[in-house]
Formats: sequence, structure tokens, C-alpha cells
Amino acid sequence: MSGWELEARVLVAGTGAGPVLRLEEPLSFWGGVDPVAGTIIDRRHPRCGESVAGRILVLPYGRGSSSSSSVLLEGVRLGTAPAAVVLRELDGILALGAAVARELYDESPPVVLLEAADWKALPDGAEASLDLSGRLRIAG
Amino acid sequence: MAAANTPETVELTDRDRAMLAGECGQAAAVAMRVLVTMAGVFGAERLLDIEGAHIDGCLYHGDSGVDFAELLVAGGARVRVPTTLNVGGLDLLHPEEFAGTAERRAKALRLMQCYEEMGCRTIWTCAPYQATPRPAFGQQVAWAESNAIVFANSVLGARTHRYGDFIDICAAITGRAPAVGLHLEENRRGQVVFDLRALPPAVRSASWLLPAIGYLVGERCGNRIPVLLGLEQADEDGLKALGAAAASSGAVALFHAVGITPEAPTLEAALGSRDPELGGAVAEEWIEVTVDDLRAELRSLSTVPAAAASRPGAGGDLAIDVVALGSPHFSPREFAELLPLVERHPPSAGVEFVVCTNRLSLDVLEREGALERLRAHGVRVVVDTCVVVAPILRTPAGGVLMTNSGKFAHYAPGNVGFDVVFGSLAECVRSAHAARLWRDPELWP
Repeated sequence: MSGWELEARVLVAGTGAGPVLRLEEPLSFWGGVDPVAGTIIDRRHPRCGESVAGRILVLPYGRGSSSSSSVLLEGVRLGTAPAAVVLRELDGILALGAAVARELYDESPPVVLLEAADWKALPDGAEASLDLSGRLRIAG
Repeated sequence: MAAANTPETVELTDRDRAMLAGECGQAAAVAMRVLVTMAGVFGAERLLDIEGAHIDGCLYHGDSGVDFAELLVAGGARVRVPTTLNVGGLDLLHPEEFAGTAERRAKALRLMQCYEEMGCRTIWTCAPYQATPRPAFGQQVAWAESNAIVFANSVLGARTHRYGDFIDICAAITGRAPAVGLHLEENRRGQVVFDLRALPPAVRSASWLLPAIGYLVGERCGNRIPVLLGLEQADEDGLKALGAAAASSGAVALFHAVGITPEAPTLEAALGSRDPELGGAVAEEWIEVTVDDLRAELRSLSTVPAAAASRPGAGGDLAIDVVALGSPHFSPREFAELLPLVERHPPSAGVEFVVCTNRLSLDVLEREGALERLRAHGVRVVVDTCVVVAPILRTPAGGVLMTNSGKFAHYAPGNVGFDVVFGSLAECVRSAHAARLWRDPELWP
């Protein structure tokens, strides 16, 4: 299979695969994502209306609410969480939601951190997969 | 990419290890596991002692939050440090205010009870800093709730990292937190200067504009630490409103306001440090804020284009369905400002007028007879919760909600499905009176 790879720093380990949803603007999961539908509901966000479910969610960092960890956890319970979360900057709140999901349900999307230049290179819509060691493989 | 500190490399004390091993009960073991995992995420080398906590996880967002709380309760969880609770999903004093399903009510209530069973103080407020003894300058605490975090760090000079739901209670149960981020002196220096000195004095001293300034700061500085230069002397309610807005549009957990907040007696102090070893006073970025910037921000706080224009008289025909105040929770001083306005311009019967606050403010209102007077004019005062986190509003979604809160303006469209119009307190009251948007032509920059 053709493609290319990036090395990420693992914050919460796991595997995941799906199409990349690339957000240039940060997103608060609480008030920004509906955990029942898995869609972005922050009306001021440029990608409002799109689904994060099963996507490799690429975003600079979370913003806003402390409850974003709760909304990510609820997404895991309901099966609407992203397949993986790829950050440019360390975000303790999304990683926390994933860490608690692992503790509680023994499953969660992996959360990883990329260097800014690598993060920028990830194309929106590309098929990607992430392995346990933080290797991100992008198809095409 | 630099290797993370794995959990194995986090230095733990004997007591930390005992908790991890389950010697202090199953709940403490779960809590310590989460803390150690997060210490690894943050790259912390050790944990530190905390002296207080504020918990955001008591608000119902779905069954997973209840699952986690029940796991802790079943494991014998008790908090080890004084711990306060954020808003829950219900007004426990006025159950009739809840407009959701019986099932949701039962779950929201059970979640609140779980946190009470763990020994937390049931103050149920997002403004704990106005309701309880406050953390002292320099004190290490673990707070969640974005506006409370930014207030504790910025206005009180207490030290908390930007925590989310779940790690808050884990810190409270163990009395420990990862030694990272804003807990540490060297990470509290200002990075981006917002120079407000070019704004006309009348604009700089208008307290109703502080949420717009905060919203601009959060948008532009993201997760860096802003320094506000040239802010006129703002009172605590103003700083509360500014911080809450900045923590909504951005990931702001600490701001310095030169000459106002305790770690910023001077610009140099805000940018540098009391420790000369940590380097000189250099800003990463310097942003001159103009009146045009502020106008643009005021426009983006409203989602109704016609109402968002800063022209006097703009949007004069726009119907207002709801006025919602009190995010963060209204203080007695804010009520004192509201009451005479409402008595002069009582809300129209067709407009839902809700103010969210905590029990302490409610007691003050009741004692002073103000509660009865507000209610007589149709103002609903809701405690323990708030209108963007729980089904409180009776007006069907889809209408227009007006507020003086940057945080409500940010979250109401997504959370409760209303268009929003931002305005001053007086504009909100006058608009509720007219059931149409009322703009004060004297006010707008």
C-alpha cells in the first residue's frame, strides 16, 4: 500500500483509522460537539455541522469548557467519538476524557501530539490510521 | 519528537504508591491511576500537594459521568481536601424550574448526590470564588470549570492548571495533582500583550465591554497567557465576565491585567518573573487593540447580523424572546444593579427573563426583600444550575436570546438552539421591557 507516515507523541495510546477531519480552529467539545449525533454544533466554528464520529480528528488544541472531557467520554459510550485525536499542542482536557474512557469502558480513541510542521501536513479528508506506538499512516 | 514522561517515570511518594496499590481503597486507586496517567500526558516529573478543589464533573452530560461517579462512590471515595461543587443539572431548591424528562432529572440528581456522598460542599456554583472562603495567593488547588480556573489564577493568584471533568475529583480524593503548567511559577509569565491604551477612555472604563475584550483576547491568544495593558480599574464582577469570555473563545486559564491583578503590578512583572534567573520581560507578541477590533468583536458576540451592528438603532425591529443573565453566576452586587433597572422597565409578559445565581446570593436577595420584588416583575431566579447546561428555558428553541454575558453569548446557540444578541445590562432590561431589541445610542463605541 502506498502512503506516508508521521511519528506522533502518544498521550493516550490506542489504535484508530478513518478519514481525516482537519480543523484549523480549536474546538470545545462541550458546547461544540453533540455526543448523541457526533456532530459539531458550535455555530461559530467553520466546520459546524460536520461529524467527528469515526474520523481522525485533527485540531490544534481544545478550547473553552472543562466539560469537554465529559463530552468525549460520553461520545465513547455512545459510539460517536472520533477514531483518534491528533493535536498540535498539548491539551490535557481531551486527553483526560480519553484516559477516563479507558479506565471506565476499557476503550477510547487514542490521543496523540504532532510537531507543528507535521501537523500542518495532514490533508483534510485523507484516509489515515494510527498504531499503538504513535505511527500515523496516511494513504495516497 | 521528545519522548513523553511515561507514567513509570513520574516520581511517586510512598503514599502515592500505597494509594495506587489500593491500600487506601479502590476509589483512591482509580483516582491515583488517572492522575499518574495524566502526569504522563503532561510530562510531569512528580505530583504536588493541593489544598482545595472545585469539581465540574457534577453536571450531567450523559450516563458516562454517572458511571464514573458511581465507580468512585462504590470504591469508598472521600475527598481529602476542602472541595466545592460546580453547577449541577437541577435547581434543587426550585425543582419546578426543570423542563426536562423525568429520566434526565433522576440521573442529574443521582450524579449530584454521588458528589455529595464523596464529601464535597454542595455550593453548586460556577462562581465559587464569590461564595466560599477563597484560596489564598500562591495556594495550590485543582479547579475545573473554565471561568473559575481563570478567576482563581488571575484575580486570586492561586495556582491551578486548566483541569477538566474527572481529574478534578481524582485530585480531591488523593490531595495530589501533577506538578505542571500553571502550578509552577515559571509557566505563569505573560506571553501576548493586548495594548488597550489606544482605546478612548470612555470605552476602557465601560464595564459592559469587558466580555467583548475577553472574547477578543481568547480568540487571538488561544492557549497562551495574555497580558492586558491599559485596562481601567475593573471590579471583580468585571474581571469575572472578562475571564469567562476569554475562557470560552480561547483556552485561557490565566490572564494578567497590569496594575490590577496580583501578579502584574507592572508590565515587566507580568511578562517576567520575580526570579531574575527566569529571564527578562519579553512579549512573544504585541497586539494593539483598536476601536474597530472591538466593534468586530461585538458583532461576533451576536449571531443575528442586524442586531450585531454597532450602529445606534440597529436591529430595532428585532423581537427578543428570552433574556438570560448570570454566567458566571450573578453576584449580590450585580443584582443590586439589576433591581432598579427592572423596577423602572419591567419585562414584558411575553419575554422570558431568567437570572442564574447561587444560594448565597439568593439568601442575600431574600433577606433584603429583593427576591420578591424581582419575582413580582416576572424575573425568574434560578440557583444551583444554569440555562445553557440544563433544560430550564420554557421558550421553544429557535428564538432570540439576549444577554450581557460573553459566555452565554458563546454557548447558547450550540447548547440551547437560540440566536443570541449581546448587550449591556441596561440594554437587556430595556429590550425585555419592549420585547424588541433596544440599543443605547450613547453606549456603543
